[in-house]
Amino acid sequence: MNDFLFIFRTDYGAMPTGTPEEAQAATKKWMDWVAGIAAQNKLVDRGNRLKTTGAVLRPNNIITNGPYTEIKESIGGYTMVRASSLEEATELAKGCPILQMGGNVEIREVNPL
Amino acid sequence: MHKDLYGNGPAALVCKPGHCLFSLMEQQELIPHLFRTEFRKITAVLCKLFGMEHIEIAEDIASDTFLSAVETWSFKGLPANPTAWLYAVAKNKAKNYCSHHAVFTQKVAGQVQAVTTVEEIQVDLSEENITDSQLQMLFAICHPAIAVEAQIGLSLRILCGFGIDEIAGAFLTNKETINKRLFRAKEKLRAERIPIEFPPPAAINKRLETVLTTLYLLFSEGYYSESQDTVLRKDLCIEAMRLTYLLIENGQTNLPQVNALMSLMCFHASRFEARMNKQGEAVLYHEQDEQLWNHDLITQGTYFFNQASTGASISKYHIEAGIAYWHTIKADTKEKWESILQLYNQLLQLEYSPIAALNRTYALSKANSKQEAIAEAEKLQLTDNHFYYTLLGELYKGIDNQKAKNNYQKALGLAKTRTDRHTIQKQIDQLV
Repeated sequence: MNDFLFIFRTDYGAMPTGTPEEAQAATKKWMDWVAGIAAQNKLVDRGNRLKTTGAVLRPNNIITNGPYTEIKESIGGYTMVRASSLEEATELAKGCPILQMGGNVEIREVNPL
Repeated sequence: MHKDLYGNGPAALVCKPGHCLFSLMEQQELIPHLFRTEFRKITAVLCKLFGMEHIEIAEDIASDTFLSAVETWSFKGLPANPTAWLYAVAKNKAKNYCSHHAVFTQKVAGQVQAVTTVEEIQVDLSEENITDSQLQMLFAICHPAIAVEAQIGLSLRILCGFGIDEIAGAFLTNKETINKRLFRAKEKLRAERIPIEFPPPAAINKRLETVLTTLYLLFSEGYYSESQDTVLRKDLCIEAMRLTYLLIENGQTNLPQVNALMSLMCFHASRFEARMNKQGEAVLYHEQDEQLWNHDLITQGTYFFNQASTGASISKYHIEAGIAYWHTIKADTKEKWESILQLYNQLLQLEYSPIAALNRTYALSKANSKQEAIAEAEKLQLTDNHFYYTLLGELYKGIDNQKAKNNYQKALGLAKTRTDRHTIQKQIDQLV
């Protein structure tokens, strides 16, 4: 079993700002999906969502302000899972609610130091 | 609630004037009762006094005290205050032991502060010292260095005053196995030089984790035991609750997670009478007679749950107490199952267990849909677990009865106890 990182990307600009009920329904979808992975004992770390604010540090102490949320695919969050292969990890990613919101999941195997 | 849960005051046992001539029958019931309530107190106090390396001497003196009681009381009749009599005899026996074993006394005297002679060894059987000694013993026995199974056995023996026969009965094993297990555990306590003391304030939270795990398992042992002895199983639950309450009564350990565990135990215990029919067969939750649920325990569970709802962190006991709370409401509402599902979702992210995964999938079928739950259940692949196939059987019921039956058949092949097989067979019969 190896660890895999799920990186969730979506277009923040296109995200609907819904009612509290819609927000709750969205949270439920995430919770049901993540717990489904946990129920298979394949969740390593639920991870977190990321705020839209941020900064990027470049060489020569050049700091550019975020957010980079105007771009179509900005990182909105991450989760760490456990799987025996990339195929299995990809299978786990199916059902991620971000797919229904026009987003995508990047699946990357962790290469331990 | 069992009268023993809150302090088991010996006052109730003191003879009232004119009632001192107990009949033989009463005496026969009184001694086992006193054994259950007083043996553990005497043992804890003596262990604390002598140190963990002399745990057997403490046990022997306590056992010997009861032997004297049986002999003397059947001959002379009951004393006016049986508990006080036991304490006085235990004190004398402890002193006699010390005066006859000079080497032992010197060793013990070296440990007991400011005690230099036998006469000065004081056996303090005050209520305060009994409670302190029991709490300190609880922390000593539930030490991370001791294997969990041994912790439970030792707790039952030293802190709950269970006989070896009873412990063997609870674990469905023989006396010899239990004796060996207890012997090894005591050796370990000695070898690790585990002190009988209250952990320092900074270490309480960490040490409590092990204590609570043991109390949780002790309760589960009683609640889910495969033993047919209902009285014994109930006693196990009551003892786990009594020890948990001991922690709540102490200011330093009256913490949210302890109250959450207590709440969880109360909610579960409320269904004790309803879980089994007169034939000793398990009654499934949705078939239980609500009238048999103990509403006092539900009220108390709610009280402790509110007490637990302080502080910033949520323990697995909080989540499980929440799930247990929803189960005290019989009506099958959308809100109930959605709440249970989200609590299981949280629990699984905190700590995986196959049973939580299965229960979560059942809640998913009630909150979302059977189809969704079947898809999720098929992913679990807990193929050596009969509950897994029972769940699949239940989910396929009414959707594909042949598949339901096949799954129940697989469950039947894996189930080990008579009760489980009977329950599964009933499901198969209902499908035909």
